[in-house]
Amino acid sequence: MNAHIADLLNVVVLSSLVAIAIAVSYVKDLLYAAILLGAYSLVIALIWLLMNAPDLAITEAAAGIGMTTLMIAVISKIGRKGE
Amino acid sequence: MRDFVLKRVVALVLPFVTMLGLYVIFHGHLSPGGSFSGGIITGLSMIAFSLVFGLDRSQEKISERMMTLIESFGALWYGAMGLVGILRGTSFLMNKGAGIPLGEPGKLYSGGLILLITLGVGLKVASTMVTLFVSLMEEEEE
Repeated sequence: MNAHIADLLNVVVLSSLVAIAIAVSYVKDLLYAAILLGAYSLVIALIWLLMNAPDLAITEAAAGIGMTTLMIAVISKIGRKGE
Repeated sequence: MRDFVLKRVVALVLPFVTMLGLYVIFHGHLSPGGSFSGGIITGLSMIAFSLVFGLDRSQEKISERMMTLIESFGALWYGAMGLVGILRGTSFLMNKGAGIPLGEPGKLYSGGLILLITLGVGLKVASTMVTLFVSLMEEEEE
């Protein structure tokens, strides 16, 4: 019973991970790409939590959001439109 | 970016974010997390402050020179805590073997020197994040 629910959750989380990873490459605006990267690291943090690794989940959430904030700072420097 | 609602929400939320970061740092040996994650959370609260309220107001709170001093202090603090073992006649970073009381298991003070070492590393990580962000933003303004 519980195993089926865990399998279903894994499928949902992993497929949303793949969807976000594909969506990053289709977005032209670099700001949107940085925000999607934050969503990607949020999903990865959820996966760590499902794998019983809460230590990695905390680090992934903090570092993912932190790097995304820094990337937004860099984006305002180099301009929002990519090549 | 200079929105009224944003400023009020950030002013309400940021103290709790800073407290969460300090909690994660201090409970690094008991619960998930540690000095690196807690330091990043603490640094992110300062970064969010300077993103919303502007770089000048955050420089008034803690100047860049102060941040650099805190960053160096974190590394020196780690080294100093390691030297405690040598001064007690054992090897570098020795904890229990140097005769430091370990405290009760499960309580906050249960790791000897680990709590102090974690505090130093957390300060180092937080100030490094803020210094990185400030140097990126200042490069933009020039």
